[in-house]
Amino acid sequence: MRLRRTMQFIPGNNPGMVQNGGVLGADSIILDVEDAITLREKDAARLLVASALHSINFYKSEKVVRINSIDTFAREDINMIVPCGPEAILIPKTHCAADVHQVVEWIKAVERPGQKPVKLIPQIESPQGLIEAYAIAVADPRVEALALGAEDYTATLSAQRTKEGTEILTMRMIVVNAAAAAGIQSIDTPFTDVNDEDGLIRDTLLAKQLGFKGKLSINPRHVDIIHQVFSPTAKEVEWALRIISGLKQAAKEGSGVITVDGKMVDKPIVDRAERVVQLARTLGLLKEAEK
Amino acid sequence: MKNSVNREIPERVDNYGEVTPFNGAFTLIPTMNRQAPRVKSCLPGDIKLVDSLEEVFRRIPVKDGMTLSFHHHLRNGDYVLNMVMDTAAKLGLRNLKVAASSIHLVHAPLVAHMKSGVVTEIDTSYLGGEAAKAVSAGILDKPVILRSHGGRPRAIECGQLKIDVAFIAASAADDCGNLNGVSGPSACGSLGYAMADAEYADWVVAVTDNLVEYPLAPISIPQTRVDYVVRVDCIGDPKGIVSSTTNITRDPIGLRIAQTAAKVIEAAGLIKPGFSFQTGVGGASLAVAHYLGKMLEAKGVTAGFALGGITGTMVDLLNKGLVKRIIDVQGFDLDAVRSLASNPDHVEISGSFYASPFNAGCAVNRLDTVVLGATEIDVHFNVNVVTGSDGVIMGGSGGHSDAAAGAKVTVIVANLLRGRLPTVVDNVLTVTTPGETIDVLVTERGIAVNPLRQDLKKAMSDAGLPLVDIRELKEEAESIAGIPRQIVTKDRIVALVEYRDGSIIDVVRQTEI
Amino acid sequence: MRKVTKIAQAGSIESNDAIITIVPGEAGSGVSTDIESSVLIQYGDAIKQVIAKTLAEQSISDVCVKVIDRGALDCTIRARVLAALLRTGVELKEVFVDAAEKNDAVYSGK
Repeated sequence: MRLRRTMQFIPGNNPGMVQNGGVLGADSIILDVEDAITLREKDAARLLVASALHSINFYKSEKVVRINSIDTFAREDINMIVPCGPEAILIPKTHCAADVHQVVEWIKAVERPGQKPVKLIPQIESPQGLIEAYAIAVADPRVEALALGAEDYTATLSAQRTKEGTEILTMRMIVVNAAAAAGIQSIDTPFTDVNDEDGLIRDTLLAKQLGFKGKLSINPRHVDIIHQVFSPTAKEVEWALRIISGLKQAAKEGSGVITVDGKMVDKPIVDRAERVVQLARTLGLLKEAEK
Repeated sequence: MKNSVNREIPERVDNYGEVTPFNGAFTLIPTMNRQAPRVKSCLPGDIKLVDSLEEVFRRIPVKDGMTLSFHHHLRNGDYVLNMVMDTAAKLGLRNLKVAASSIHLVHAPLVAHMKSGVVTEIDTSYLGGEAAKAVSAGILDKPVILRSHGGRPRAIECGQLKIDVAFIAASAADDCGNLNGVSGPSACGSLGYAMADAEYADWVVAVTDNLVEYPLAPISIPQTRVDYVVRVDCIGDPKGIVSSTTNITRDPIGLRIAQTAAKVIEAAGLIKPGFSFQTGVGGASLAVAHYLGKMLEAKGVTAGFALGGITGTMVDLLNKGLVKRIIDVQGFDLDAVRSLASNPDHVEISGSFYASPFNAGCAVNRLDTVVLGATEIDVHFNVNVVTGSDGVIMGGSGGHSDAAAGAKVTVIVANLLRGRLPTVVDNVLTVTTPGETIDVLVTERGIAVNPLRQDLKKAMSDAGLPLVDIRELKEEAESIAGIPRQIVTKDRIVALVEYRDGSIIDVVRQTEI
Repeated sequence: MRKVTKIAQAGSIESNDAIITIVPGEAGSGVSTDIESSVLIQYGDAIKQVIAKTLAEQSISDVCVKVIDRGALDCTIRARVLAALLRTGVELKEVFVDAAEKNDAVYSGK
């Protein structure tokens, strides 16, 4: 499954930002025709996104489109955009597994023969969607990640949305677990204060601590900061490499369990170390000898 | 005749003389003496203070055909050039040459003076705004002479640019003509670009809105060559110093480019104690200073000096102890002005000290790195900062070609596409800075290193920075935007582009419109 | 060929965008364009071509297309022309038909 440490929203009706989407360095870019676009401009945005997918090189960033909700214009969006080859679709306001099935049905009707199947990332933005999170996560093999939309969720609850986020803690934990149980990724809600870099770092550290694999981003200046948080630190990489080499050594000597840094190295630790090394390798953080 | 960057240049130009063709950035060695300006005298009891510019014009007297000079330290907030030229027009003077170190948007009234024949020649290092458009359209009979910031004082010192009357705006002056730019309500900082004018002009007129008791302290320009002091209501608006080109970019793409440029400088092994740098105008260049500051902090390294073109970002580094000294030829914002006034580690230098190639060594020669912008850059790494791709003049070398020649590593930062226009082209419309002095191009879509610098190529590769051939960048730009149609200019030359050593590196021709 | 029966507009004057206004033309007038652009010399012809191609693909004729361009790429002009067309009430024929082939190429190599 590909890295989605950052998923950067780009207003789908803004050609200047769309054409530079691939230069922002985000793992995924989300061409947005939903909340970023006024009602009157939905038609133009849809065409621009389709045209951009057709012509613009987004380099290594995954091409994701956030369509409108199922009860508004999702079908028109899918009809025009899917044949242009988005890699994934972010489904806003997903309430239940049936929503996912409906989107899959509409996609299959217009996907071209031989086209790589479009993946799905349902966005949980309501209490109902939260309750159904696991069912949504396993609703279809195309579902690769669950994303969070905390603004709509807290609005529905009439809860107060704060930077430190107690009001969405349960939502975060449920989504992380539902995704993990389904074997897919979880993507945290965006940090909405454009200028508060320290706040962004704290919020992203919390997301990482809880087990999220990435974060939605609403400002390109957040991309590098979020990446830094989700990348293993030099210390973590060094620790992981010691675990791996310790194990190799133990295997050679024929001994069974080993200890590193005074801690017994059991399977969960081995798994964690291997994930860190794998991530470091993907990010190009390993020196030649370590690869 | 063709010069060594393959540009067609004339052999002689009436208002300029014999043309020496550009033949390489470091090949021309001077063999002349400096010019000797006339000796002045002033008896005890002589009074320099004059009531008005008109009175000064009468006393000198300013005649038709004279060369009047100005500095641009108030940049787009300058009032003095317009006031002086309006006075000249009012007095019925004609065929004057304006030798201003730069001409900005605020100097649009020059267009009317050019139309009416008050001004028939211009000699400058930067030409922008309406005056530039009018020149490109062919308003003057004689070509404008475009020099670099280092070349202008060189030309003044060596007698190629003879100034009859230098008008020096000063934010503080005493009645004997001691001047500075750091005191007073219109403080603009360093007066570096006025110093050669003060030394060599036949007549020197100080223009101030802040007359102080004798003697002024500190003194940037001494009384010994100043003939008259005119007090006016206001010499300019210091807020006009800051413009879009002297503000750090907030554009995420520009910031990414700046960050990458800082990484290039690090990869070149330059971030060491004593590190020296300069950043030119343009939001992305200035942002690089910010990222360099972060690197210095992270590595615990103290830089030796920052040169330029000084901004608040550099002042910040000085105050944090991340850089030891600032060498200032021009203030780009009010933080720089204030720092010059109050910090002994922030020193003022002249234009000649900064960048002239014909003295015993200028400041740019000591630079480890300089970060500059570019309107266009071609596959030979030649840079254009004089004309836009529509052929209209929108700038000039300023210190671009000087700093590029002096610095160990010259980095150009630029968006690969400006709007829809590719920045990388086969041949730039106007060569300002020759490719042999340009080392690295950093865009948001790739880094290209000049093939002349295999050492840098290796350093970048070792640091894991991906490199592309500059031709690939051009092709990438064209695959995104389409191949642009070349603009067609007329044959008539409207400006000569003089390289810092006095040779002609290119010409600007009249645009169709 | 199909005709356009009312005026409609799409796009904006933001940098890298264009405002496209489609106006019904005289019968037999073909496609006429009126282009104002910040890059007219360099890309005026390209803009004209994209408009002509897009309208031809949609079998539209007898229109006048007014353009105020701020450096829009071909794909943006195309999208804005189609949006303006849609807003005149024309039903769009399938657009971006070779998208699938192009995107397969992207998946297999780059």
